[in-house]
This record gives sequence, structure tokens and C-alpha cells, in this order.
Amino acid sequence: MCGGPRRQRGDAVSCPVSGNTVSDPGRMSFRNTANIMRTAAVALLLVLVAACGQPTEDDSRALNRAIGPEPETLDPQLARTTQSHTVLRDMFDGLLTYSPDGTLIEGAAQRWAVSDDGLSYSFWLRPDGRWSNGEAVVAEDFVYSFRRLVDPKTAAFYAETLINVRNAADIIAGDKPIETLGVEATERLQLTIHLQQPTAYFPALLAQAATYPVNETSITALGEAFARPGNLVSNGAYKLDRWDLGLVIELGRNEHYWNNAGTAIDDVRYHVTPVPSAELFRYRAGELDITSTVPTEAFSQVRAERPEELRVSTFLSTYYYGFNLNYEPLGDSPKLRQALSMAVDREALTEKVTGRGEQPAYSWVPPGVDHYEARQLSYADMSAADRQATAKRLYAEAGYSESKPLHIELRYNTSETHQRIALAVQSMWRDVLGFEATLINEEFRVLVANMRAMEITQIFRSSWSGDYNDAYAFLSIFESDSPSNMFGYRSEEYDSLLQRAATQIDPERRQLYLEEAERVLLADHPLMPLYYYVSKHLVRPDIRGWQDNVLDYHYSQHLSFDRTR
Amino acid sequence: MQQRGALRFALTRLLSAIPTLFLIIVLAFMMMHAAPGGPFDEERAMPPETAANIERAYHLDEPLPQQFMRYFGALLQGDLGPSYRYPGYSVAELISAAMLLSLQLGALAMLCALIVGIAVGVLAALRRNTPIDRLLTGLAMMGISIPIFVIAPIFVLVFAVNLGWLPASWSGSDSGSRYLLPVIALALPQIAYVARLTRGSMIEIMSSDFVRTARAQGLGTFTIVRLHALRPAMLPLLSYLGPAVAAVLTGSVVVEQIFGIPGLGQLFVRGALNRDYTLVLGIVIFYATLVIVFNLIVDILYGFLDPRIRNR
Repeated sequence: MCGGPRRQRGDAVSCPVSGNTVSDPGRMSFRNTANIMRTAAVALLLVLVAACGQPTEDDSRALNRAIGPEPETLDPQLARTTQSHTVLRDMFDGLLTYSPDGTLIEGAAQRWAVSDDGLSYSFWLRPDGRWSNGEAVVAEDFVYSFRRLVDPKTAAFYAETLINVRNAADIIAGDKPIETLGVEATERLQLTIHLQQPTAYFPALLAQAATYPVNETSITALGEAFARPGNLVSNGAYKLDRWDLGLVIELGRNEHYWNNAGTAIDDVRYHVTPVPSAELFRYRAGELDITSTVPTEAFSQVRAERPEELRVSTFLSTYYYGFNLNYEPLGDSPKLRQALSMAVDREALTEKVTGRGEQPAYSWVPPGVDHYEARQLSYADMSAADRQATAKRLYAEAGYSESKPLHIELRYNTSETHQRIALAVQSMWRDVLGFEATLINEEFRVLVANMRAMEITQIFRSSWSGDYNDAYAFLSIFESDSPSNMFGYRSEEYDSLLQRAATQIDPERRQLYLEEAERVLLADHPLMPLYYYVSKHLVRPDIRGWQDNVLDYHYSQHLSFDRTR
Repeated sequence: MQQRGALRFALTRLLSAIPTLFLIIVLAFMMMHAAPGGPFDEERAMPPETAANIERAYHLDEPLPQQFMRYFGALLQGDLGPSYRYPGYSVAELISAAMLLSLQLGALAMLCALIVGIAVGVLAALRRNTPIDRLLTGLAMMGISIPIFVIAPIFVLVFAVNLGWLPASWSGSDSGSRYLLPVIALALPQIAYVARLTRGSMIEIMSSDFVRTARAQGLGTFTIVRLHALRPAMLPLLSYLGPAVAAVLTGSVVVEQIFGIPGLGQLFVRGALNRDYTLVLGIVIFYATLVIVFNLIVDILYGFLDPRIRNR
């Protein structure tokens, strides 16, 4: 049906209409309707025929990546989701950045130093650093951008990234002007940052989207529209060429980039793929080079069919069930919490229920975090039988029995995977402890609101990913005053260990404090970790330069096509 | 005289739609804000200071009546407001981008459905209780009962992945071939409904007195259908079409998600899940207006198709 001549829609109107001999004027309207219908039918066919056979443009050099749901913005300071951050990583260089294997390296800065007290950082920018409009990237650009991030008027979700920079907290709270922020351009290309307290993971924050530089001239001239295609000025390997809402974001090579010679691929397209199964279809139809995930239901098939293209790697993220300690039966009984945790067979969960290479979790901080040895739950090495026996004993000691079973609710957000896991855990609890948990699924934001309020939640499903590769990114949410502490967990011992770790300059002692804090946390059981997530991608075999890493960051500038294949 | 009457009728109907629309806006506004969780709630909680800054920037710290008045005031000036989810984009922009696509696809699908559906319905009616009729009615039943989310992925699997004839998604090709699968997927259930409605009313009409008279005058079946029977048989279909056209034009979430089409349907669902208050309200207003307008058009068309209604 393809290959017909291209015709204008209007042509159809002149199509001969079969003769109609009825001349009653009262019928005119119907005849017209009939004519219109006929015309429309012809037009429809023409559109469909004309639609076929147009040559598609040559995209042999474009890299087609799937992004998942649509990014919400490409304004670095306003970006909130991993999708936005993924695209931004291709377009901007922070002071620091990551190598293909996930090591923190110099980005817009060519070298940096930190003072002995850990309170001031100096960065020397690359003299050949350029914006995509050709202007030089200077220290003042970073001063402007950091101030923009903490400015209450910007209303940035990630404003707290700079919370340890001098005066940042007061500025965010509206108590001090943004000019007081402890960031100064000491020379044209030299930037100094003053911290309120030593922050071991501070360098990693300077590779995050929130701290990317933005171009002051273009923001002043264009306001909110500065982040749009055609307007957005960036300092990374790529620039924004086009954004078709809901479809695709197209990036083109930034000719002014300092390492332009090191960038192999000219054009990168990020395709919006909200549905994983549809994404897989598109990959199999050859429309995508890299997928954002692999759907659960198709995983074993994909592993069998395309083992070389499947990339599964550990990822800094833990899947867990949290306990709301404000709910008395849970809060009053550490033994019950431990019994609930011990009765779950994590190996069975990851092998039979999730089955995508996830690892059973016996710690809160996932493996792969630098300079850290995660503590394990005390029963990590026990045999399944011993674990179940202990779980039963603790359950009985907590005052429950077959005749007086526990009544408890488990909330999770609506999703097939979460539901299957919840059903499995429910049946493990039934088998080992003999009670029937009530499963409640809620839409994601409803669940989040309930978790936050800590009023009706009892046991809830959630997950946590590290924004940066440091144990503190995980442990900090259990501090008594952390806004993400949805457990009602309060431990003076834990708080003081974390406080000591936070201000500690000596890396080894800091590590000891953090590990000890995790030991305290796990012993208290405000949560039960279930498994560590893995990142899952399909990557075409002709793509070079892809390296698995725990951050799951894969900059397009590190990738290339193998032309020999 | 008659035209002026029709004009007055249309105007009255439009005016009476205003309170309806207002009520819809108020209800939608209240329901959106009553839904737990806000547009900026993620698993990662913000420190209270940051949260306060964001709420202030989006006026979420004001009491609800004041927020409504702010929204409604802007709406009266034709401003649907900024999106909460997509900073830098206005709701009007987001809707108009998605709308064009949904309108195109919806119109093509509806056209397909009408042409095929009416033809199938008439054929089935004329061959009542024959194997042809049973086959067509059976197919129509399948079209209604097999959900799109089953049919559409099979289409993609067969025609895009296995045969490679058509793109698997909207952005998989720049050519018009990308219209084919979504239009068919959108049209299938509609074809089935249209065919069933047409068959039913056609059977009724064909056994009525005036058709018998026409036959007695020696007219052939084809002429009778074309000149006498089809028009009155369209009446039940027409009342179905009003809301159906509005629904098809505003997009189907399922078809859009499977084929990766950035239309209104997925925008609406995403807006609701993200608690993008202004976006959801904007689409509700758009959709409500469309439904009202199409119902009006249907009522006017009734007059053209059935003289009895027009003369009343």
C-alpha cells in the first residue's frame, strides 16, 4: 500500500461523485452529508497512502537512548528527577564529573585543593572552558549559579545540596541575602568555597546537576525561557537542539566544548519511554540503541535471547519495608520488628519473585559504596531454619501467638512488582509466624503523603538511592531531625555517631563512626532491608565505551559506535 | 425563520453551558487539591525551609479559596497558568502541543470507524441471520470486548518487531506510516460500536412501513438504503457519537502509551499522578468544553436528520 503518489488533501474534493438523481431539496442536507463522508473517506485513504514511503532521514550517526518518563525541565537548578539529571549530564560540566567507571574526576575545573581543616575548597577552572555560545566559562559563572540554587526565589528542590556552604542555610530560610553565600571568585578562573563544617562528600556534590553552572547573560535576557531549545546555553559536550514534548530531546555536539575532540558521537536523542514494555518493543524494532530498563516480565526471555546486550549491575539503591515506630505495637517492641524481618526469606524473594539479578539485602547501605564496609544484620549468616526458629521465638516473646495473632497493615504503592513482593512476604509471615498481614496498595503520592504524616502507616514499602557515592547519603535519613525520617526513629546514640562522622576530617575515623552508626541502626530495626536494586539496560553490541558503575551514570561523550560491526 | 431558530437554540445551549463549566472547574479544583500528596512530594523529603520556598513560589501556601480566586481570575483572562511539573512551560503550551496530535489521530480514527462501521452495520442488517451477519456481529463483539491494551501490543509485535513494516513508535519514523497502527487501534472498538448500533437500527427501519411502501414501488434494496433507510437509521448512532467523538479526540491513554504518542490522554494521566494541578484543570476544562460543543452539534444535526425533531 506504500509508494502511492503524494497528493494534497484538497485533491480529494475534486473526486467525481457518483450521480445522484434525487432532486428533492429536502434531501440536500443528506446528500451533502453523504458527499462529505465520501470525500472524507477518500481523503483518509490519501493521507494514509501519502504517509507511507517518505524517506526517513539518515540517522546513522545519532545515538538513540531511552530515558523513561519525560524529564520535567533542563534547568539544572530546578531539575528533580533522574531523567532530567541524565540529560543534563550530557549537556553540562560541573566543577567535577565522573569517568566512565564512576570515579570522580575533574570537570570544568582542571584541578582542585582542600584546606587542612576541610573548610575551604579551591578550584582552578580550565582556561579553555567554553559555553556553547563561545563565551569563556569563568569562576563568576559558578558564583552566580550557586547563589541561584540557594536563592529562595528560585525555589529549587535540591537547594539543600549546598547546605554546608557558609550561610547557605540562612539564605535558604530567607534570613540572609544571597551575596553572603560562602562562594567567591578569587580570580577570573579561580573559585573558593567556604564550608560551615567539614563535609567529606562535598566534592561529589559538585558533580551533581544542581551545582552545574548556568549562563547569567542568557537567564537575565530570557528569564524562564532560557532552558528551552534554541536558548539553553550549556558548558558540556552537548547542547540542546530540540525538545518535542513527550517524544524526544535532541542534543547536538557543542563545538566549543574543551574536550570536543574527545567526543565521538555527534547527535544524541533521548526518547521518552514511560512504558518499559513499549520501550523493549522499540529496542527490538531497532529504534533504540540503549534502553532505560528491562521490564520484569520480559527479563528471562531477554537474558536468553540477548545475553551480550543485557547489562545488569549493582546500583546504589536499597528496597525496604519501613516500620512506623509511632505505631505502638511496632514502636514498643523491637523483638516483633526483628521477628518480622527474620521471617522473610530474602533469597527466595530475589530468586523467585524479582529475578532480575537483585541481591538479598542484610544491610541498609548497599555494597559498592566507596570507603565503607556495610554492617550486616546479626542473622545474615544464619541458616534459614535457624532464622525461622528465632523469628518464632521472638514473635512469641513479643506476646503474639496463634490464638492472639498480630494484626498489621502493609502499604505499598501500586505496581505489579511491589504487589508480588508484598504477597510473597505476606505468605512468608503466614508460614513462619502464623498471622495474616493486611495488604494495602496506594497510588505513589498518596503513599508518600501517608509515610510523611506517620499517622496511619504501620509497615510501608519504599526504597532509597544515594545521590552521591557515600554512606552518609543513606545513613543521614535516620537522623532524628531528617525530613526523610518516616520511621519515627529517634536514637541519641545514632545521632551523635552521625554528628561525629559529619565533622570528622580523618577519613578512617569517619568511616568507623558511620559503620558503627549502621550497626546501631540495624540492631534497632526501624526497617527491614529486602534487596539491593540493580541497574538494567540493553545496549547494542556496536556501542563502545559503556562501563557498568554503581551510580548508573553513562555519559554519551564516553560512548562511540564500532564501525567495524 | 428556521435558521434564526437554530441560531437562538445554539446560543441558549452555549449560555446554559457556562454554569455547568463553572461547576466542573470548581469540582475539579477541589478534587485535585483534596488528593493526598502535592506536586512536589517525592520519596526524598525536602527540608521545611526549601518546601516553604517552593510553596511560596507556587502560591500553595495561600488558603484554598484564595488559590481558586487567583486561578479563576487568570482563567477569565484566558490564562491557564504555569505547569507545576514542567517549569518554564505554560499549561496552554502543553495542551496545544498534545491537542494537535490527539485531534489528528482521533479525527482519522473516527472517520475510519464511521465509514467501516456503517458499511459493516448495514451489510449485517441486510443479511440478517445469515453466516455473513454472524461473522460480522461476532467480529464486532470481539472488537468491543478485546481491550486495546491487548490488541495494540500485538500489532506492534507483529507489524513492527517481527515484520518490520511499520515503526514501533511515534518517533520511530518521520513518515506518515506511524499513523497507521495507532489509528487502527483507536478505530477498532469504535468500528465495533458503530457497526452494532447501525445494524440494530437498520433492522428496525428496514421492517418499517415506509420501507415496505418503497419496496412496493419497485425500488431496489440499495436505493432504499441510500435514500430512505440510512438517514433515520443514523439517529441512535448520532447520540452515541457526540461524547464518543469528544472522547476519541482527547486521546486514549493506552494507545498513546503503547505507541509513544505525546497526546492529551497521557498528558492528563501524568498530570493527575504528578498532581500538576493547573495542567489537570486545563485539560478538564478543554475536555468539558469539547463534550458540550459536540453534544450541541449532535443536537443540531438531529434536526437535519429527523424533520420531526426540527419541526417540533
